[in-house]
Amino acid sequence: MTFKEKWNDAWDGFQAGKWNKEVNLRDFIQLNYTPYDGDDSFLVGPTQNTKDLWAQVMDLTKKEREAGGVLDMDTKVVSTLTSHDAGYLDRSKEKIVGVQTDKPFKRSLQPFGGIRIAEQACETNGYKVDPEISYIFREYRKTHNQGVFDVYTPEIRACRTAHIITGLPDGYGRGRIIGDYRRVALYGIDKLIEDKKNQLATSQTRMTSKVIQLREELSEQIRALGELKEMAAKYGIDISKPATNCQEAIQWLYFGYLGAVKEQNGAAMSLGRTSTFIDIYVERDLKNGVFTEEQVQEFIDHFIMKLRIVKFARTPDYNAIFAGDPTWVTESIGGVGVDGRHMVTKTSFRYLHTLSNLGTAPEPNMTVLWSTRLPANFKAFCAKTSIETSSVQYENDDLMRVTHGDDYAIACCVSSMRVGKEMQFFGARANLAKCLLYAINGGVDEKSKKQVGPKYRPVEGDYLDYDDVVSKYVDMMSWLAKVYVNALNIIHYMHDKYAYERIQMALHDREVKRYFATGIAGLSVVTDSLSAIKYAKVKCIRDEDGVVVDYEVEGDFPKYGNDDDRADEIAAWLVETFMDMVRQHHTYREGVPTTSILTITSNVVYGKATGSTPDGRKGGQPFAPGANPMHGRDSHGAISSLASVAKLPFKDAQDGISNTFTVVPGALGKDDEVFSGDLDIESIKGE
Amino acid sequence: MIFLNRCDKIRKKDGDIMKGYIHSTESCGTVDGPGIRFVVFFQGCPMRCLYCHNPDTWTPQTGEQMSVDEILKMYDSKAEFYKKGGITCTGGEPLLQIDFLIELFEKCHERNIHTCLDTSGITFNENPDYLKKLDRLLDVTNLVMLDIKHIDPEEHKKLTSQPNEMILKFAKYVDDKGIDMWIRHVVVPTITQNDQYLYQLGEFLATLQHIKALDVLPYHTMGIPKYENLGIDYPLKGIKPLDKKDAIAAREVIFKGMKNALSRH
Repeated sequence: MTFKEKWNDAWDGFQAGKWNKEVNLRDFIQLNYTPYDGDDSFLVGPTQNTKDLWAQVMDLTKKEREAGGVLDMDTKVVSTLTSHDAGYLDRSKEKIVGVQTDKPFKRSLQPFGGIRIAEQACETNGYKVDPEISYIFREYRKTHNQGVFDVYTPEIRACRTAHIITGLPDGYGRGRIIGDYRRVALYGIDKLIEDKKNQLATSQTRMTSKVIQLREELSEQIRALGELKEMAAKYGIDISKPATNCQEAIQWLYFGYLGAVKEQNGAAMSLGRTSTFIDIYVERDLKNGVFTEEQVQEFIDHFIMKLRIVKFARTPDYNAIFAGDPTWVTESIGGVGVDGRHMVTKTSFRYLHTLSNLGTAPEPNMTVLWSTRLPANFKAFCAKTSIETSSVQYENDDLMRVTHGDDYAIACCVSSMRVGKEMQFFGARANLAKCLLYAINGGVDEKSKKQVGPKYRPVEGDYLDYDDVVSKYVDMMSWLAKVYVNALNIIHYMHDKYAYERIQMALHDREVKRYFATGIAGLSVVTDSLSAIKYAKVKCIRDEDGVVVDYEVEGDFPKYGNDDDRADEIAAWLVETFMDMVRQHHTYREGVPTTSILTITSNVVYGKATGSTPDGRKGGQPFAPGANPMHGRDSHGAISSLASVAKLPFKDAQDGISNTFTVVPGALGKDDEVFSGDLDIESIKGE
Repeated sequence: MIFLNRCDKIRKKDGDIMKGYIHSTESCGTVDGPGIRFVVFFQGCPMRCLYCHNPDTWTPQTGEQMSVDEILKMYDSKAEFYKKGGITCTGGEPLLQIDFLIELFEKCHERNIHTCLDTSGITFNENPDYLKKLDRLLDVTNLVMLDIKHIDPEEHKKLTSQPNEMILKFAKYVDDKGIDMWIRHVVVPTITQNDQYLYQLGEFLATLQHIKALDVLPYHTMGIPKYENLGIDYPLKGIKPLDKKDAIAAREVIFKGMKNALSRH
């Protein structure tokens, strides 16, 4: 549809195109952004206001730590877009405002995912949910969690308990959805409501369950947009019209994001790809003398500061899976456009520069969409920032651009999706290492000794035979894929029903492509195990029940992580085979199946839940994170290790492949202080 | 020269395919030449530097036997990473296996792979047959990293078990061919951390025209566990690693020697 009003004064100075007639962020960006090839010399340090506010945040952080990890929690007010009054750090100093509740560091109460988890989150932190709220959510208002467990089969429950499928979002928010928060800034709420109303008016009227669901969701989205306007009004700001300058653009955009984190305690609440969008406003304001560089950096510093203090009420179990209390406020920076121009702008530098101005921090998760064609100055700045802060994530834009174009962003750590056009049903992970043990033991869990998987024929004899194990493994994986996909179908049906992401989906198109994400854990364990069985000799150690509980490896075998095809081909085969099995099943809402290999943080708990494996790993020992080789088994240097990872087929792991890479700065190259390169003998003489 | 005889024996095996004795390879070399490099560690070294941190590469004719094609295959699968780097041969002393090295570098040269030779120069001699081979090698060598252990002949002998006369001649020989050179020098407390020697080293370096970098390395003790594994006594027991600031100071002394020598001309 096209807007009634085709131009707004707030857009004066921008080049018109399709974007001013319809919701089309990409068109706006491509027509208006200014690629920047220069270096970082234009950047400025923090203002006094910024330093003061950050000192306040650091002080609150210290108090929070002293209080045992949580400073304050809401126990009475259920968080919605409009549930809280305005909250501030220091109103006189903040250039970008808005916190999740009525004050910073107070965690909101979000029971729609599951009242039990919300109660536990409070109790484990020394708080208690108001009994009336508990009563309401137990008696009158069903939650996502209850919906899921009403439908789960005994088989799914058993798999959950045995941790062969782990981390399922059946009691907490699934996250991994990125609202196109830029839309709030570019169009203002009124135009977005106009657009959504038109979407509803032009939706089908033949009332299939699909159409009914869509129409109900569109109505919820329209309502949420109205509430977002109300939320902003509590801060004395009217976001009904487009933002008129860069400060407003950042503020409008942040309000969109703030609405999302008030409404959802998702496993990853990522921001999108905002820096180059904001830069268009900054360039216009600098040109017109509206703001100075100091002011612009201050807005950005204050915005990033707000993203750093996003907090959720979570349980210790949850924090164990995710290794801490992450929010995954991922912001994607850089990349190259389909027309060949790189998309680095001065504001790409300004975002990364917050790591110097505010100091290093894990959130927001600054992610550089890396391409060989990024400008050299930006590459150098990224490298410098990485060395100084260890806080930059890198992803391969040259790989992802092929699928997603040039307006995609990363949700969580690696899940790529076109902003406002694609979303994901987050699916946690299947433990493929444990599945291998089930194949060997005929579906009997090696730890509990219960029959969890189907009662297939276990392996016989003292030594494992490669062909025998692989054939049994394929059968067992096929069973696991079925149970796993079915569990996810239930989860996403119920999440849509009881904990729908209203405001995030309001910032999406009507026709959304949904990725049905699955994930695998234990890639390198399985690869090395199968390699050991194939190239060395692996002896089974059985316990008194005849269950294989340990293995003895005789001889050496090729290991994943050394650029050795013998091992790497097993890894690639594993990914492809499992993905094909996932593809064989029905997925909720025509979700497009994908898988990821990205257990960046949960490799420790998966390892704990898994017995000894044929690669020589002992029971309980951690897996390698993501697609990493097992610790210490890559012996040919970093690039061989990376080359093994790079052989995994992206087409079968489109939700992302992660490799955690740690390196001491000294190993990155020569220290200029001791090393004099490009020596000019003549100049030494002339000195 | 005893080393030459030894190196001649490490030749054609498996019919016509020459194999080298290789200690190991490193796929991500960032300190052995420009850019990211594929580093080949050759097995065997005639020097016995007291501070050597790779004593496991001393013994010749051990390690893995690899052909040039096998090495290049490993390189090729990761070539994308080496676009601004290349291949570096180090060791051990790669020149002990000069025939193998020639074959490797010639093939690299044909394919525009940047070649770097990290050597102590110890095998250099003026035997015409040897020089013919060396000329062939240097024709396809883009960069020589020469590690000058000690400028003083007597001290050099104490430190490495070998004289340095031929090493310094090697430096001049390479320089006369116009090949880029990086000079490395390890500063060891009580041995090379000595202003007089550092200054003299600078004076010598001033006679070379094609030095592109000076790498002053502070002595470290990270090699000690290797000695323990090999059951060899560590000769520099008790000597502490050198502070970075002392390495910087040492570099300044070398520069001073270079500068003064150059302005005399």
